[in-house]
Amino acid sequence: MDLIGAYEMSLLTTIAIAIIFALSLNLITGFCGQISLGHAAFYGVGAYITALLGKAGMALGPALFIAALATACAGLAVGIGALRVRDDFLAIMTMGVGFLFTGIVRQQDALGGEVGISAIPDHGLGRAGFMALCLAVAAGLALFSLYIKKSWMGFAFDSIADDEDTARMIGIDASRFKLAAFALGTGFAAIAGGLYTHNVGIINPDSFGFIESITVLAMVVVGGIGSVWGVIGAAIVLSMLPQWFQFIADYKLLLYGALLFAVMRFSPGGFAALIAGAVARLRRGRTVTS
Amino acid sequence: MDPQLLFELFVKGLVQGSIYALIAVGLTLVYGLLRILYIAHAGLFTLGGYCGVLVTNATGSFPLALAVAMVSVGLLGMVIYRLCYQPILDQPPYVALIASIGLYIALEEVYRLIFGPYGDSYDNPPFQEIVQVFGVGLKQAEIATMVATVVLLSILGLLAARTRVGIAWRATVTAPNMAESFGISILQVRYLNFFIGSALAGFAGVMVALLNNLAEPGMGAVPSYKALAIIVLGGLGSVRGTLVAALALGVIEAYGTIYLGALLDRDAIAFAFLIAVLMMRPKGLFARA
Repeated sequence: MDLIGAYEMSLLTTIAIAIIFALSLNLITGFCGQISLGHAAFYGVGAYITALLGKAGMALGPALFIAALATACAGLAVGIGALRVRDDFLAIMTMGVGFLFTGIVRQQDALGGEVGISAIPDHGLGRAGFMALCLAVAAGLALFSLYIKKSWMGFAFDSIADDEDTARMIGIDASRFKLAAFALGTGFAAIAGGLYTHNVGIINPDSFGFIESITVLAMVVVGGIGSVWGVIGAAIVLSMLPQWFQFIADYKLLLYGALLFAVMRFSPGGFAALIAGAVARLRRGRTVTS
Repeated sequence: MDPQLLFELFVKGLVQGSIYALIAVGLTLVYGLLRILYIAHAGLFTLGGYCGVLVTNATGSFPLALAVAMVSVGLLGMVIYRLCYQPILDQPPYVALIASIGLYIALEEVYRLIFGPYGDSYDNPPFQEIVQVFGVGLKQAEIATMVATVVLLSILGLLAARTRVGIAWRATVTAPNMAESFGISILQVRYLNFFIGSALAGFAGVMVALLNNLAEPGMGAVPSYKALAIIVLGGLGSVRGTLVAALALGVIEAYGTIYLGALLDRDAIAFAFLIAVLMMRPKGLFARA
């Protein structure tokens, strides 16, 4: 592993985690059309569970597995609640879940309160090994997303995102598929959170607040809601921008905000729609000239 | 339980609730008309706070500052409608929601770059004397906030109920196409709506900056999320529901921070309440049919 230095390794690890996190939200918001403004809460639940299990001496693999399972259960619970509300009410409810999570964690001394949890034992994989793990999980989730998209489940998700009432009319059990999306999406968010915990070594409530939820939503929306490649691209670009341009760090949020706004204002389908549109135009241009 | 303390918390809760109401009513007006959740509203609230502090410090006149804040923030609201919302109204609702989150974050950062990260304070904050009301010590500014909320919202109610403009506005909310066919300019109604809603937020910004004696870039963040919770609680688009929900939330937070503080922080109490209500009434407390 002399090909790349420590800096590139940590960059790749960060990007891989961002991809996992963004793809996990893409399952809920992109595929199934359920807007979540509180996804960072599940990232946080996964991070805290992994940190606590790690401190209790558990190895990384089982800890991540348990974190994913437990968080998926929490996601299922939220999903069951979310079945009662739709559209704008759902968006605000998930935002509420996000605030509830940080609000509770802040007040619990057992979870470190404002200070958070530090001195999390090392995963023992080494830098390169850990990077390889993150990249493998990201690649696995990308393949899984592409598979889901082509499957019957993906069709059902798509029809729910498009028009839930019509989906119900043609016999799709919308509630069950929405719950599946919530469980899957939150479970993978927990894995991203657990990997984040080990990547940075210290966690506190601020890392899982509203801004983090918006950041990940920005990746999904800017990439193009539902487009796996678009979301991966946006996750790479948005997580690297502040690293590439150190001078931009102060303006990072301004950039996020402006980008989010500009994409919605000028191309609500995200970059995926922009590129698809450009390709279509090129093709049309070619047929006309030939 | 000490009744005096309970009463004091109740009054403090009402003060906070009136501020929430001023911010949330603007959001409800916008939602009632356009069906969009307008998070960038809080960016205008922040601008109101800065207008209040900077104009008062420059001229020494607090009333002038209030007027400047309400007019300039109201106008900015109209500009935001024209440039940001009008072009995306035919998109699915999440488009406007996410666009306005982006706009709010960008606004907050712009304030940080222009005014600096630490905020500005009044040189000589007015209305700081403590007055005893039924045995509860309140700042004059707190009383002024409550009174102003009642007055402003009453004026708004009268306008909507009694004037031609108010009738046009209500007609547009109920049936836009019908209203248009009767010669009402929907565009003008929307501009007016954004002007009034934003001006109220500007007013609230001035008062909050006065109560805390601080206007800072992030002052809009928490009120904006809470205001969303409030209009959802109020049933989205119902002004009366919003008012009741705002006051109720103010009071519940006041009690909650004392009695639930060990479990949840202040913001989480508001959202726990929101989620509990939504589970029982998925369309808010005062859902419209």
